[in-house]
Amino acid sequence: MDVSQQPLVRLEGVEKSFQRGSEQIHVLANLSLQVGRGEFLALMGPSGSGKSTLLNLVGGLDRPTAGAVEIDGERIDQLSERQLAAWRARHVGLVFQFYNLLPMLNAERNVELPLLLTHLSRGERREHVRVALEVVGLSHRTRHYPRTLSGGEQQRVGIARAIVNDPTLLLCDEPTGDLDRKTGDEILTLLQALNRDQGKTIIMVTHDPHASARATRTLYLEKGQFSTEKPE
Amino acid sequence: MKFVSLVWCNLRRKKLRTWLTILSVFVAFVLFGLLCALKEAFTAGVAVAGADRLIARHKVSLIMLLPESYSRRMRQIPGVDSAVHFTWFNGIYQDDARNFFASMPISDPEEFLKIFPEYVLPESARKEWMATRTGAIVGRSLAGRFGWKVGDQVPLKSPIWPRKGGGAWEFKIVGIYEGAKRATDTSGFYFRYDYFDEARMRGEGEVGWYAIRVADPDQAERVASALDAEFVNSPFETKTEPEGAFAQGFAQQIGDIGTMLIAILSAVFFTILLVAGNTMAQAVRERTEELGLLKAVGFTNGLVLVLVLAESTLIAMAGGLTGLGAAWLITAGGSPMPSVLPVFYLPPHLLLVGLGMIFGLGLIAGLLPALDAMRLRIAVALRRQA
Repeated sequence: MDVSQQPLVRLEGVEKSFQRGSEQIHVLANLSLQVGRGEFLALMGPSGSGKSTLLNLVGGLDRPTAGAVEIDGERIDQLSERQLAAWRARHVGLVFQFYNLLPMLNAERNVELPLLLTHLSRGERREHVRVALEVVGLSHRTRHYPRTLSGGEQQRVGIARAIVNDPTLLLCDEPTGDLDRKTGDEILTLLQALNRDQGKTIIMVTHDPHASARATRTLYLEKGQFSTEKPE
Repeated sequence: MKFVSLVWCNLRRKKLRTWLTILSVFVAFVLFGLLCALKEAFTAGVAVAGADRLIARHKVSLIMLLPESYSRRMRQIPGVDSAVHFTWFNGIYQDDARNFFASMPISDPEEFLKIFPEYVLPESARKEWMATRTGAIVGRSLAGRFGWKVGDQVPLKSPIWPRKGGGAWEFKIVGIYEGAKRATDTSGFYFRYDYFDEARMRGEGEVGWYAIRVADPDQAERVASALDAEFVNSPFETKTEPEGAFAQGFAQQIGDIGTMLIAILSAVFFTILLVAGNTMAQAVRERTEELGLLKAVGFTNGLVLVLVLAESTLIAMAGGLTGLGAAWLITAGGSPMPSVLPVFYLPPHLLLVGLGMIFGLGLIAGLLPALDAMRLRIAVALRRQA
């Protein structure tokens, strides 16, 4: 099969459980999923259904208890911690609900963070940062610190940081969860544009049906299992 | 280098806390420097002691006198190259008890300078001393302390040795000696025994102790035994020992300075370790989400460990280097009590020890927080904010 036709994300029989005291909590049970290149997938479900856990597994932020996590043909669940860190730096962009910007760094320096791990020169890093901030429409706020930016602007900085190293996969954990409707819409429009114009594959966890409507596919997760239908 | 600014911006996060920690490290290293200088002051005699020199004193106590006639008998003992005697004079300048310094008559200027080559005296001054009965040589630091120069007449009073007819002892400064080594004591005042013995009111023919140079340092122990055997069962039995042991015994009259200083410094550094360690632990705890974010974007566990260690080392360096620098500047200004501590400086090897301690402090203080940061699980760290 042509590589471009293979799914970018493939989960096979994935299980994830946590130990809480003497109790074993099963969050994901025998879960399988395929996400094609260029897809914009929305993951919905009630709190505690395992959406963020699933996103963490796909992003290599956590490891499954069992099963295979394959991204672009690579079994990331089999990588060492060091290899996984390098893999994240190259292939994944992460967008968080609370932006997760470093308060002591200005917008430009926050966006530059993933590039510090590359061999790019200072000038090349600056150029990448400039382009990323331009894409999210924040060229005029490069020297501003997070505390001086609005929620929407902070999320744009977060998105610029996620795309600055040109990853194939964008993982967004409730990117509009902390924003008002209008600002949230702007962020969703930006994500849609990244998906449509730059071909980024996006997996977005959300509680908001309005947000999921922007995706090309929506999956519902309940008690660690998928369904295509919205649960009652 | 690209990560340095990341470390720097974290230090600026809680400026007051960072400054207070740096200040506490600074104080600790100033104290370290000064205590090292103090230790050096007490042990300088041991450090500069010649391996070929013996000190012979009265067997009972240093304050009991020996006959001057022992000089001749000592020189006859096989292995003895030369001998010179000293007597504690306790000279006081200008009738002020604070103007006290080590002053001693010595038996023979030529022998004295031969046995103590670390006292460097110009040839002209040596000749002048031989020619002048009231001549005295003074060390550079003592001359500096009182502004004395060659040719000055210096009156001294001695509470131990009053002069016949009363009044002050008059000396003419014929030379100023330098120290061959940094640790050489240049606060001494030496004058001729013949002038002293003739003019003192009592104790004629009695001297304090002897310094003996042996021909072969390897034979020093045998010569010391032979010297003591020569005077055994006499009214003035001797105790002869290497100069280093004598100097050490002298310093230990106050107590075991080295052990006391190590105890004080250990307490200080243990406290500073807790202070710096607590600062780092707090800093890491407050930044759990940020450290999780760094790992999420690809920072390895090792890199996160290094960043936290770099932060604690930078704090230790900022406080430690300025503290050591301040201690060095203070000691470079000279002894605060020249009469008690004639040698007072921070030796280079202890500066190096200080540098090692700065890095050690930084690494140890940061180690546990850095390990915590390294072991932090990304998903758990990021969930904290949610």
